[in-house]
Amino acid sequence: MQVSRSAAAPAAAMYQLRLYVAGQTPKSILAFTNLKQICEDHLQGRYEIEVVDLMQNPQLAQGDQILALPTLVRRLPEPIKKIIGDLSNTDRVLVGLDLRERR
Amino acid sequence: MLFGEPGVLMTFEENAEEIASDVASLGFDLPELVRSGKLAVDYVRVERAEIEETGEYDLEGLFVRLDYAIRTVGAKRVVLDTIESLFAGLKDDGILRSELRRLFRWLKDKGVTAVITGERGNGLLTKQGLEEYVSDAVILLDHRVHDQVSTRRLRVVKYRGSHHGTNEYPFLIDANGISVLPVSSMALAHSAPLERISAGLSGVDGMLGGKGFYRGSTVLVTGTAGTGKTSLAAHFLDAACRRGERCLCFLFEESPKQLIRNMRSIGVDLEPWIAAGLLQFHADRPSRYGLETHLVTMHQVVADFNPTITVIDPITNLMTVGTYMDVQAMLTRMIDHLKTLNITAMLTSLAPGQTDIERTETMISSLMDTWIVLANDEVAGHHRRGLHVLKSRGMSHSNERREFVLTDSGFTLLDADGLRESADLGGPRLHEGDVRHAGV
Repeated sequence: MQVSRSAAAPAAAMYQLRLYVAGQTPKSILAFTNLKQICEDHLQGRYEIEVVDLMQNPQLAQGDQILALPTLVRRLPEPIKKIIGDLSNTDRVLVGLDLRERR
Repeated sequence: MLFGEPGVLMTFEENAEEIASDVASLGFDLPELVRSGKLAVDYVRVERAEIEETGEYDLEGLFVRLDYAIRTVGAKRVVLDTIESLFAGLKDDGILRSELRRLFRWLKDKGVTAVITGERGNGLLTKQGLEEYVSDAVILLDHRVHDQVSTRRLRVVKYRGSHHGTNEYPFLIDANGISVLPVSSMALAHSAPLERISAGLSGVDGMLGGKGFYRGSTVLVTGTAGTGKTSLAAHFLDAACRRGERCLCFLFEESPKQLIRNMRSIGVDLEPWIAAGLLQFHADRPSRYGLETHLVTMHQVVADFNPTITVIDPITNLMTVGTYMDVQAMLTRMIDHLKTLNITAMLTSLAPGQTDIERTETMISSLMDTWIVLANDEVAGHHRRGLHVLKSRGMSHSNERREFVLTDSGFTLLDADGLRESADLGGPRLHEGDVRHAGV
């Protein structure tokens, strides 16, 4: 855990992201593309994205309390954050990831 | 689960442990059902503060979870407990609505029976108006307080493709779960057995054509305070137990222990019958719950104990929890039920004063087959107890008013000349004229 670093400078912390989708739907592809873009723009080099397809692993939905799809879960840094939707609103995604102050 | 169909419980309010401990008090063992693979519990928690919404989404995740749970146990039944709490967790009502509609459609296509609970909204059946487009059947539960006494009621609002009862039915939640009691059929189609059973006192039997009550008939005993209504009932119970009949006694005034002690003082010991399992008391404060609930409880106790004799002592105490009309309606249903089961019932009723008992009891008495009136008159500085049979359908009965005394050896009718005619106590002396001895 990079507790001290993330506490001192949250922006410098490592981001561990997990994107839950159900199959290769247009929405899930769009969400992944959007996420990739946002991460490249704002978190270059300090993020990892794990894509979980619930069609293949339905039992994983319960653990993170997944309801809506697609859902992006920020597992690190803590606290856990969830962003649902196709992530097309970049500002909202950044707010959700604590990369930008809520306005 | 009783029907052997596995089920899925998806709860949106309580987590699995909470719900398991809550329903344990209703007699369900959720953890055991989960272990044996009959039930899958999935707790869905939506925390608005944790969630940021951006762009299009759907509730496919919910579908996936439900589908997974259904497949895991092979569920035929699904319960979604307060799915409306999603509306508090997610902002986009439009998406939610269309997704829920899709969900219900999907459940139907899956061939599972789904029960969806929701809270009642203001002027609507559910807060979000879900019922309008999704459900094949809507059951409305209600908790009403009337005169400080609450009754839970249940009503089937809609049930597609069936003739459903439209009435409100009271229901009860206890250790056996929920029991619902339909209003009994008011059709008058009871059988009319010819068998006669003893009142427990040969003197009283004698006044009833010498043979006592008809089996399955309803006997009303009225009298002012202290006229010996309960004593008469105790003799009736005692005699029935001697015959080996199962007797159930509802008490709304005394506790069973008080009653047993008091009846011992007139030489009737009911305790052995309890030990023998022939007699059961069911004591309740009338104000404990509403009339409907009393009715449900009584139905349930009758069903559990399966008696041939039932005593309700006294019915008048029920008046404290309902209006006269309500009590009458409730008793009608109770008597109706007892008659249907061919149970002989004795009901005692406290007459309010020395006057006009006949008028005050008219409404209930019309339901009664036999009506015995006890009175306490003052004659020359002494109270003299009297008993007469006001009516007894289908038999020749005495029109005489007989004096009786309550002694430590029981309820004893006196002859017209004041001599003790018979004593019914001890020993299996059940037939009229078994013992006659004079002198006090």
